[in-house]
Amino acid sequence: MLELVTARARGGLVAVGRVGHFLTDVSRGLRDTPTWTRLTLVQMRRIGAESVPIALFIAAFTGVVLALQASYTFTGAVPMYFVGTLVGKTIMLELGPVLTGLALAGRVGANIAAELGTMRVTEQVDALETLAYDPIAYLAVPRVVAATVMFPIVVALAMVMGVTSGWLTAVNLLDLSTVEFVRGLKLFYQFKDIWFGLVKSLSFGLLIALIGCIKGLSVSRGAESVGRATTDAVVLSAMMILVLDAFWAVVLL
Amino acid sequence: MIEFRNLHKGFNQKPVLAGFTLDVRDGETMVVLGYSGSGKSVALKHVVGLLEPDAGEVVVDGEVVHQLDRARLMALRARIGYVFQFAALLDSMTVRENIGLGLARQGLAETDTDDRVREALALVDLAGSDDRYPSELSGGMRKRVGIARAIALRPRYILYDEPTTGLDPVTAAVIDRLIVRARERTGVTGVVVTHDIRSAYTVGDRIAMLYRGTIRQVGTVEQIQKTHDPVVRQFIEGRPEGAADAETAFAGIVT
Ligand SMILES: Nc1ncnc2c1ncn2[C@@H]1O[C@H](COP(=O)(O)OP(=O)(O)OP(=O)(O)O)[C@@H](O)[C@H]1O
Ligand SMILES: [Mg+2]
Repeated sequence: MLELVTARARGGLVAVGRVGHFLTDVSRGLRDTPTWTRLTLVQMRRIGAESVPIALFIAAFTGVVLALQASYTFTGAVPMYFVGTLVGKTIMLELGPVLTGLALAGRVGANIAAELGTMRVTEQVDALETLAYDPIAYLAVPRVVAATVMFPIVVALAMVMGVTSGWLTAVNLLDLSTVEFVRGLKLFYQFKDIWFGLVKSLSFGLLIALIGCIKGLSVSRGAESVGRATTDAVVLSAMMILVLDAFWAVVLL
Repeated sequence: MIEFRNLHKGFNQKPVLAGFTLDVRDGETMVVLGYSGSGKSVALKHVVGLLEPDAGEVVVDGEVVHQLDRARLMALRARIGYVFQFAALLDSMTVRENIGLGLARQGLAETDTDDRVREALALVDLAGSDDRYPSELSGGMRKRVGIARAIALRPRYILYDEPTTGLDPVTAAVIDRLIVRARERTGVTGVVVTHDIRSAYTVGDRIAMLYRGTIRQVGTVEQIQKTHDPVVRQFIEGRPEGAADAETAFAGIVT
């Protein structure tokens, strides 16, 4: 039993060590700007722009549900305009970043791991090395930079969408006026709500891309190994998003 | 000059190379023959630092490959063209982009790059395929693009990993002629790994046979053709039974 626990703990430390080691490789790769700048633009489109629809879709439905559940919870005792407060706070602080993060862990993380893993087994990564490229600068840096930059943007759009759909629900399905909704929205609002959410999403983007790259590049042989790396990347990113979410709550709130 | 010095390399406790020693002189084309799975590709990968030796070393131009820092390793790789066994083209890129990739890295201007790409493609009889993607090419065509990608760099050394395996006899002969031509025109030093004995006789100045992790024999084409070594004889005559135990050779070395 104790052995199992120490083995797990050691495994965890090794994983953290690998992420740290990879981060130093990435920062070395960052110095090789001619290699990664143009590629980063391509990744920004693939990782960022193409993720907007799914993020907006999730946010729209979350807004509806939040508004309805808030009104259901507040019957009588709490004034109805608190619906606005709850929708705003929940979307900005938690559900915007975390739900988007989880969805993109699947979309982006899996994509990176599968693509790099396939490149590894078909020796495309080796080919890059023989052409005197640093695969980290060529493959990992563009993805990591793009995800880190684009996640906050995608999440900001999701926040707007979530609050908007909450407002539309409140006005159309609940007996709430726009004035009341906005009053609730402003009630405990602080600017920190937004940047806290955006800092979180930035860290999620960085994390998802890093894990995808590590898992993808460490594939050793065959299709099965690519499949495993992809699953691992998604599961690990999802778990780490929740851990990181709790971490930010403790540190920043 | 490429020197393999007493190279040892194994995977999961199973030795593949065990004391591999071979000198490749400047300007010559050295053919390395060996059974499938005998470690030919593994040996080549050490030259460009894709694998690190367990013991021994590979020395290129007087530099020990696995001891080089990143910058020097990159400089070394820029002097070596590597033709992968399965081409290893980047499948998200067109043929032109694949060939231009290494040239861009070496800071060649765009117009010069275009010229070089065209020239290299013409050399492998693929003129006009610039805009196709690797997935749209046959295996043999991919292989030729892989060769074009290496040649376009005008490297000092070219390492060919089974350039003719899996090609029809005529295409194989075209590739052989290409390898010979590349050497005659540019004086490039070549290492050709193969088990195609006909190709070995055509392109090789010298031939070495890798067997059970070491070089069994090395000599000129003539010397190899007249060899009395039973293992080498069996290989070049392609006889199923004889001194060499093909099965152990196939599985690497059984300890
Ligand atoms: N990355 C690796 N991990 C584990 N084993 C490996 C690895 N690369 C090669 N091997 C093993 O090393 C041995 C030699 O492989 P290698 O690819 O060098 O053979 P080869 O001589 O090139 O054969 P072929 O002519 O079929 O290409 C094989 O038994 C192979 O399984
Ligand atoms: Mg091979």
